[in-house]
Amino acid sequence: MKPPQFSYYDPRTTAEVVGLLTSHDNAKLLAGGQSLMPMLNMRYVLPDHIVDLNRVDGLDYIREQNGAPGSGAIEIGAMTRQRDIEFSDLVRRRCPLMHEAIAQVGHRQTRNRGTLGGSLCHLDPAAELVSVAAALDASLAITGKNGVRSVDFAAFPLGYMTPALEPDDLLTGVTFPCWPDGHGSAFVEFSRRHGDFAIVSAAALIEEDTTGKVTRAALTLGGLGPAPVRAGAVERALIGETIGDRRLRDICEPLRKLDALEDIHAPASYRQHLATVLARRAFLKAHERIVAGRGM
Amino acid sequence: MSETRRIAVTVNGARREETVPVRLTLADFLRHRLGLTGTHLGCEHGVCGACTILFDGYSARSCLMLAVQADGHDIVTVEGIANGGALHPLQEAFRDNHGLQCGFCTPGILTTLIELLRDNPDPTEQDIRIGISGNLCRCTGYHNIVAAALDAARRMRGP
Repeated sequence: MKPPQFSYYDPRTTAEVVGLLTSHDNAKLLAGGQSLMPMLNMRYVLPDHIVDLNRVDGLDYIREQNGAPGSGAIEIGAMTRQRDIEFSDLVRRRCPLMHEAIAQVGHRQTRNRGTLGGSLCHLDPAAELVSVAAALDASLAITGKNGVRSVDFAAFPLGYMTPALEPDDLLTGVTFPCWPDGHGSAFVEFSRRHGDFAIVSAAALIEEDTTGKVTRAALTLGGLGPAPVRAGAVERALIGETIGDRRLRDICEPLRKLDALEDIHAPASYRQHLATVLARRAFLKAHERIVAGRGM
Repeated sequence: MSETRRIAVTVNGARREETVPVRLTLADFLRHRLGLTGTHLGCEHGVCGACTILFDGYSARSCLMLAVQADGHDIVTVEGIANGGALHPLQEAFRDNHGLQCGFCTPGILTTLIELLRDNPDPTEQDIRIGISGNLCRCTGYHNIVAAALDAARRMRGP
């Protein structure tokens, strides 16, 4: 299998990238290549121009944004390797959901090359990082020919694997708001083999008051629909509840009614079933982590 | 005419300069241009792991990279693991534990494990199984591969 013919560019600055995208039709950005290269090899995509981002300066960083103590946000450059996120102390400490999710992204060899920005722009509905971005209400810094703009992740997926990007846009960085110290989170998924895309994943975040009542909750389901789904009704229903298996069964049951994809891997009804099960498991795990943290 | 570029790559310690089509994959560059056929190509879309090499010391699928992306970088293939005529302890452990049958997946597993054992000299069986989860073997059923990797870790840690 060989990629089709294309012209190749390896610019050094974001301005050069945007310039190339503006002046070339049918150009494709090459980030870590862990999705685009297979698509080229199999000729699912036939770009006339490849703009390689691997030599662009300033897109590879993980840093803490200043905020109130115990809150704030983490900023990660679009060309940051998934490996660097996996081994980042800052991410593990401030954003345990992402730390847990990234170990389930592909394999060591693909995380060494694969990037945050590449995964988000590829926008596979079952991709772990896409779900994490939805779960944490990430915001995206996008540079285009009219300058820089910020896009909420909720407005980023326009449809199945279709990000809200113009042909001359470049995602440069992502801001992930952190939940306060003491919150609980869990990322659980079901896949046929380790490293596969999830058939369904659930990302749960909760805060509880000192009596154990939920004061804030977030639930994101990946792999269910054409883009990650935030289950707002479940998030609201959990407020004031005490986390327990029986109550969670009731609260998560309506997830069975959500629209679900159907493909060779699983029928829609199975995905809907997984959504109820994985959501419950994720909330239980997040709660257990809060309890364990209190005990220390 | 296919667009070409001049690249300079260090492969197994030796500097190689070549003119390559920009669409040439790194795997095909290693195999066809440099004659290093130890890097195997199974699926050519990043699933099987047979083409894994070390790129600046980190394992990567060479079917998912372009040769032009390696310009100025350092590559180690399975041919570069042994020290002259002396096998690497990892290779010895694979031989002693019957860690291969047909050998097709072996180059990718060895390069993957070089990185894993460097980062984690005392891995658990689970660490090894997760570490090679991106390498498909159709002969051994992994059991002897895992045993070989654990044995190699012991040998490399020393007495």
